[in-house]
Amino acid sequence: MADETDTHTTSEAEGAYWRDNIRLLVSLMAIWFACSFGAGILFRDFLDQFMLGGYPLGFWFAQQGSIYIFIALIVFYVVRMKALERKYDLDD
Amino acid sequence: MDTQTLIYIFVGLSFALYIGIAIWSRAGSTKEFYVAGGGVNPVVNGMATAADWMSAASFISMAGLIAFLGYDASVYLMGWTGGYVLLALLLAPYLRKFGQFTVPDFIGTRYYSKTARVVAVICLIFISFTYIAGQMRGVGIVFSRFLDVQIFWGVIIGMGIVFVYAVLGGMKGITYTQVAQYCVLIFAYMVPAFFLSFMITGNPIPQIGLGSTVNDGSGLYVLQKLNLVLSDLGFGEYTDGSKSMIDVFCITLALMVGTAGLPHVIVRFFTVPKASDARKSAGWALVFIALLYTTAPAVGAFARINFIDTVNETEYSQAPEWFKNWERNDLIAFEDKNGDGVMQYRSGDAFAGAPEFGEGTGASGERVVTNAPVADSENEVYVDRDIMVLANPEIGNLPGWVIALVAAGGLAAALSTAAGLLLVISSSVSHDLLKSTFKPDISEKGELMAARIAATAAIVVAGYLGIYPPGWVAQVVAFAFGLAAASLFPAIFMGIFSKSMNKEGAIAGMVSGLAFTFSYIFYFKLVNPEANVAENWLFGISPEGIGVVGMVLNFAIAIAVSKMTASPPVEIKKLVDSIRVPRGAGEAHAH
Repeated sequence: MADETDTHTTSEAEGAYWRDNIRLLVSLMAIWFACSFGAGILFRDFLDQFMLGGYPLGFWFAQQGSIYIFIALIVFYVVRMKALERKYDLDD
Repeated sequence: MDTQTLIYIFVGLSFALYIGIAIWSRAGSTKEFYVAGGGVNPVVNGMATAADWMSAASFISMAGLIAFLGYDASVYLMGWTGGYVLLALLLAPYLRKFGQFTVPDFIGTRYYSKTARVVAVICLIFISFTYIAGQMRGVGIVFSRFLDVQIFWGVIIGMGIVFVYAVLGGMKGITYTQVAQYCVLIFAYMVPAFFLSFMITGNPIPQIGLGSTVNDGSGLYVLQKLNLVLSDLGFGEYTDGSKSMIDVFCITLALMVGTAGLPHVIVRFFTVPKASDARKSAGWALVFIALLYTTAPAVGAFARINFIDTVNETEYSQAPEWFKNWERNDLIAFEDKNGDGVMQYRSGDAFAGAPEFGEGTGASGERVVTNAPVADSENEVYVDRDIMVLANPEIGNLPGWVIALVAAGGLAAALSTAAGLLLVISSSVSHDLLKSTFKPDISEKGELMAARIAATAAIVVAGYLGIYPPGWVAQVVAFAFGLAAASLFPAIFMGIFSKSMNKEGAIAGMVSGLAFTFSYIFYFKLVNPEANVAENWLFGISPEGIGVVGMVLNFAIAIAVSKMTASPPVEIKKLVDSIRVPRGAGEAHAH
């Protein structure tokens, strides 16, 4: 947060890696919020007028869909981070 | 072979397996005791994390909660899974890169302060003991119902088993027994779910079955039928909630953040070899957890349909065997208010409070209940929500070996979580309090001995709480998640994502988040429970969801205080830089 006031410096690759990571985190957290708090809670009543098989859509997001999306988010993050770490030569 | 013999065989075999694993994987060093040597495969760790995480509450109680709460129970489904996204993305890889043994280790080092470490230990012990009392109780209930053993002896046997593998094997023993326990518990959960789903919808996959039509010729979807039946009986619709939106929102968020801040879950990620493995491992953990968590809503809905079908408007004398079994165990009761000998199941309470049984039997042969009947409800049936999963195989007339499997599964779920909790309690005492704070010159051997003694003491306390559960145990489960959300999570998160957060800020934040959340829950749950209604709640948020406000308070105070006090030393900024990149895991301090 207050990187500019630091008395020591990080390498350029580390800085760029961290910025890319934060950007990725912000977009994934937005999806995390949208599928659970958005579709499952805030807009549930609206979504419930649509049906997914026998599930009202909002109810489906709250009890099934959000969990599947959570898994997809972690899988995507694992893959993207591995690629980022290779790109900046920082992998373990 | 009769069901009782099968239960003894299944439970006996699973216990023999756990003890066998414990003997094979004894811990020889503190590193093995605390983090299983740090070389656990990420998939194996994911499975162990799933067993660690899924407690007696997940296995035994959750589907029952869903069955009776409908949409409102979504808070548990989203809350207890969404936290793994936070873990995988925001905490686990960095904590693994930091590469120490415990959560207070991170807080104490990152905030260069023994005070911060001790505050973290206090949060940890409080959270973990709240949690573990419930596990031991779960062991007792399963034993008393399925093995005809008194709760007292059930808890003693459970304590003995946990003692063997947690004290001998430490994290190493716990990890491999948890893998075995996951296999037992998931198999035990899925098999009856397949049967039930097939019975009710003709589709064996419960996740699809719940969205399918009921095969009773009506052509209705499962959820439609449930809504119709429940409305007829005077209940609210299943897919509609009764909680306010802000409360649902806050409870879900508190459970998610609380999950990510639970010490016994976090330490599991210290056991994998690399930072990137911690990410992978959190993903695997969620896959293994989701298997049960996406099945539970189906089990809940099917159980409710089955329960109404078999109980409502049935003469007590014709009631199925399981109904009478659970009645004998005090968890079901029938009070024939209109004296027709037929069980009317309606909304509202049959009588005030939990049933208190008198001597003898009523006109239809039911156990006499001495509670005052509730006059303005026609409901005559009391049912404890916790029995749903355990009774399901009997309600669905499934074969004896399925019932035996469920008994072994319930024990596996309770024991695996209890062991994980015991480990974090004992390591916080031997490592954080002794080695790092009060007795730094203790030898490796002495520390290992201290860890084992602390684990033993924790087992005894947990067992005592399981046998004589103080009235407050059920009342304070909200504590564990709310406190973790309001204290540990913000401190860890800022420790990674902000280089300017200093010890003054972190300590002030943790203490105020903890104090606020604790007082709010304490007031509404224990001091003045009558006032625990929506009109009196702050912003309409119930004690279950108040951890969110505590968390916001923690962040706000920490940031404000850190702006007014000295910036952290340069070594700390270097430490933060080093935990942010994955290269070089395990040597986080070697700059």
